[in-house]
Amino acid sequence: MAVIRDVIPQLELFQPSSADDALALLAEHGSDAWVYAGGLDTLDWFKDRVKRPRVVVDLGGIDSLREIRSTSDGIEIGAMATLISVINNPEVRSQFPALAYSAKSAASPQIRYQGTIGGNIAQDTRCWYYRDGWTCYRAGGNICYASPPTAMNREHCILGASRCVAVNPSDTAPTLVALEAEMVVRRGNSERVVAAEDFFVGPEIDIERMTVLEPGDLLMSIRVPSKWASARVYFEKVRDRDSWDFPLANVATAIRENGGNIEEARVVVNGVAPTPVRLTAVESAITGQPRNEQTAEQAGNVSIQGVAPLTHNGYKVNLMKNLVKRSIRDEPLA
Amino acid sequence: MSQEIIELTEESAEQGVSRRGFIKGAIAASAAVSSSNYLFRGNGGTALAQSPAAGAVERLITLNINGRSRRVQVPPMETLSTTLRYTLGLTGTKIGCDRAECGACTVLVDGEPHYGCSLLTHSVRGREVTSIEGLEGEDGTLHPMQQAVLEEQGFQCAFCMSGFIMNTVALLNENQNPTRKEAAEWLSGNLCRCADYDKILTSVMRAAEITRGA
Repeated sequence: MAVIRDVIPQLELFQPSSADDALALLAEHGSDAWVYAGGLDTLDWFKDRVKRPRVVVDLGGIDSLREIRSTSDGIEIGAMATLISVINNPEVRSQFPALAYSAKSAASPQIRYQGTIGGNIAQDTRCWYYRDGWTCYRAGGNICYASPPTAMNREHCILGASRCVAVNPSDTAPTLVALEAEMVVRRGNSERVVAAEDFFVGPEIDIERMTVLEPGDLLMSIRVPSKWASARVYFEKVRDRDSWDFPLANVATAIRENGGNIEEARVVVNGVAPTPVRLTAVESAITGQPRNEQTAEQAGNVSIQGVAPLTHNGYKVNLMKNLVKRSIRDEPLA
Repeated sequence: MSQEIIELTEESAEQGVSRRGFIKGAIAASAAVSSSNYLFRGNGGTALAQSPAAGAVERLITLNINGRSRRVQVPPMETLSTTLRYTLGLTGTKIGCDRAECGACTVLVDGEPHYGCSLLTHSVRGREVTSIEGLEGEDGTLHPMQQAVLEEQGFQCAFCMSGFIMNTVALLNENQNPTRKEAAEWLSGNLCRCADYDKILTSVMRAAEITRGA
């Protein structure tokens, strides 16, 4: 439980009205600058004095970053589009209902009115040791407080840990990876496009970051190609309560069938590893098979190969197995 | 401790000034002072002579609160719930967790529910903010949800009440005929530690009835 303090320490706030101005500020202030989107992750860090940047660049006044528009190949969602605007967008709902559903699974109504899709995918991990300001690996230290047998690690990794065992908590991220979305990132005048599955960075690559975004970078938009539009995409999230909680695990599975068999599949889980994870072994195992109970059962069994649970999160192994199984067998919930 | 507070309140009441009224008065006086300091500095030519970088924020801003235009001096990193309570004296908005978790600070911004504790005051410039004080009609008519809470005795301690009421107003603006389940889902971002959820939901259903004119 966070200690409640009086006010946020003094920081220099900028509210640019164009992306160019924001990028110029980010270039000028480098690692002293903090990108502020919906602010829901940000303000907790500031109130707790755990992150203390000198400059805050609030993107709220840049209208162009909030647009959701149809393109020649799908939909382009501005990084500052709120979760509610993604949920209510007619194009998203008709073409990618699983994306709308995963956005609706995130957080509470108040947060969905303010939190952005860019913030949802780029949010930091919820590991409480790290959030409370312990000098762990992720905070630049040389220890993980969550991995020892006596630690509180019920919500942590069962896959892909490397020193740090914190998980990525996003609900929209696995769906975007399954849909083969692309992230448009700008830095000064140069733009690069990163595949969603390459956007997330695990601790083996950089233990202090969750995504490829570096100081000076700005996530501009998310392109969702029409490849998986109107396809069978299943999203399910499991949390301790029926609403308003981070995932213990979630799954997003896109499947295309042809002649009664699975022609192509993308199976992605999150909340179980430092990044959303594409289960390529599962995808290979089910491709060419009929979509039925047996294939789903097999997929579940393949999904848990190589898991390494901690003291208190062994339940996530069966949870993930069953989620993967259901994502292939059952009809989408959206 | 509690006895001291009671005595203080009684003593002040005898003098015709309640403790709460006194504190609010002190807040208003200090806000006026800060504003005149700012203006004086501006007239002196020092503050205005600086040309701010693109997007740099000024401290003296105009907010639209409950239909009124309010000039206030706001530090860059102040949250809306802090400004409402401690600069404008609108103490109906409560601060519970101050971490976007409990919903006690819920206010409406352009009709949408937001956690006031997790919104910078500077980011609501040009937008319409409604707090619990702005719900009542000019003739004293209560909002249907306020009326329903009275009728159904919706809350026990009621610390979370303003937030629940504001979020229910947002719900009824979207949907005047919610099911109990839909209402529960909409209010999932508001927590009540007395666990009065059943009575709260009964109040919401009654408020929907009143809104529909049933």
